[in-house]
Amino acid sequence: MSFVYTVSGIVAIMMVFPLLFGITTVLERKGLGRLQNRLGPNRVGPFGFAQFVADGIKMLTKEDIVPRTADQVVHFVAPFVLLVPVFLSFSVIPFGRKLVLADFDAGLLFFFAVGAATELAVFMAGWSSRNKYSLLGAMRAIAQMISYEVPLVISSLTVVMLVGSLSLMDIVREQQPVRFGFLHTWHVFTPWGLAGFMLFLVAAAAESNRTPFDIPEAESEIIAGYLTEYSGFKYALFFLGEYLGLFSMCGLAITLFLGGWLAPFSFLDFVPGPIWFALKLLAMIAVFIWARGTLPRLRTDQLLSLAWKFMLPMALINLLVAALWHYSGAWDLPAGYAVRWLLCAAPVLISFLLLARHFSRKFTPRTYRYAD
Amino acid sequence: MIGKGIAKGFIETARNFVGSYTEESRLVTVEYPEERLPQKENARNFPFLVYDGEDAEKGLRCVACKICEKDCPPQCIYIVLERDEKGRPQKHPKVFDIDVSVCMSCQICVEVCPFEAIKMDTEFELSQTDRFDGLLLDKHQLAKSNEYYHKLHPTEAAAVDANLAAEKAKKAAPPAPSTAAPPQPAPAKT
Repeated sequence: MSFVYTVSGIVAIMMVFPLLFGITTVLERKGLGRLQNRLGPNRVGPFGFAQFVADGIKMLTKEDIVPRTADQVVHFVAPFVLLVPVFLSFSVIPFGRKLVLADFDAGLLFFFAVGAATELAVFMAGWSSRNKYSLLGAMRAIAQMISYEVPLVISSLTVVMLVGSLSLMDIVREQQPVRFGFLHTWHVFTPWGLAGFMLFLVAAAAESNRTPFDIPEAESEIIAGYLTEYSGFKYALFFLGEYLGLFSMCGLAITLFLGGWLAPFSFLDFVPGPIWFALKLLAMIAVFIWARGTLPRLRTDQLLSLAWKFMLPMALINLLVAALWHYSGAWDLPAGYAVRWLLCAAPVLISFLLLARHFSRKFTPRTYRYAD
Repeated sequence: MIGKGIAKGFIETARNFVGSYTEESRLVTVEYPEERLPQKENARNFPFLVYDGEDAEKGLRCVACKICEKDCPPQCIYIVLERDEKGRPQKHPKVFDIDVSVCMSCQICVEVCPFEAIKMDTEFELSQTDRFDGLLLDKHQLAKSNEYYHKLHPTEAAAVDANLAAEKAKKAAPPAPSTAAPPQPAPAKT
């Protein structure tokens, strides 16, 4: 029974998420088009939704070029090294009340542990290509991913602190109690949860190389970064890995902060959990597409200083706020919940304003003095 | 304040997104093969031969004088004069070929033609599977009616028609007394 459950779960994950990747590429292109007052793809299939099939066939039939001076084995293996940990990371995310492939006690730890392996794959791709653009892209990717891993993990640590468990199932169950008679206690409704969610969102965008943090494959600067020497289906596999990484990051954000498979209101609990999870996932993807259509790419120094000088202090302060939230639950405050909320929101807000002021000081409008 | 510009940008793109569904004027894309913008009146591409009346062969204004052939800078026009069985010239081209792969759309042939027989077309969808014979247009492909010319360049065609009619009247009438107003010179062609 358990074996059948596991195999069917693996098959489901390996079918659903690549299909979602295909649909997301079309939705992203259409959405980006609309954000820029264009039409987007609308030729293949109804409203252009079969575009990803055409793209897949195109990728499959393209010539697979490997540079002669490349490290053949590493160059070949890199896309698979990227895909395996990404698929593994889906195994611990709960999609429904009982719908999780592996309910680890240390699910969150497992997620971050396998997630860190993607950096290896990116560097393998960049190093083995024997191309300066590839190597530049790979080095940028390493710098970025390692920098943003820190705020990512620390912002999700708050949840672990409050829940007292690394199991993602437990974390979702902790958000199930109902407050005010209709609202589930999602972590994003608390001050530390809101701040943590924001930090997590930005760090997740950087982890999955999404614009505005796409400097590892900045097309206008270093061709395609570590993907420069990849063609045909290996290129498509890299894209698959990148998008699946984004989906798993979104899935984790939903699990940690947005109540996982829980309905937003308790009177909607009759709708099955996986549907809520899918809706939340699509909403998160829409936010990332919106961000991609809006924000320009950061420079490397801006990117790193954002991670170390702004997001890391914010994440650490947020950790203290989470502790304050934990202890203030037992205090006898005059107006109860509202005062507790404001008490914890104040340090987050004040530190945000102070840090932002300090951080943006050097980004004041530049004055130019031209030669006469 | 950090984040203010970011929020502004997000609002702007959201407005674009919603606006592209609600406001027609935002979506400027013309889906070319199905939709197309109207041609500008002064658009020009490659030359064609004008004929009057119904019959493309008989109505050709061209008299095979070969001025355009001589003046064509890239030498893309080839004309052979039609002769009857006795070898007398017939004021009609037997062969009139234009190699549009060589033509540079300079319009000099149109400027030099004294018979208003060659004009500029606006047809631009000329892709061919054979770039040699496919792009060598012969007399039958080049012949287009005067109505077609009127449709492409209405102002210019009207001026040309008036000019031709004036010349015809002048030729038909006996030498006019000097008091009559001289025929208007042809308006400058563009």
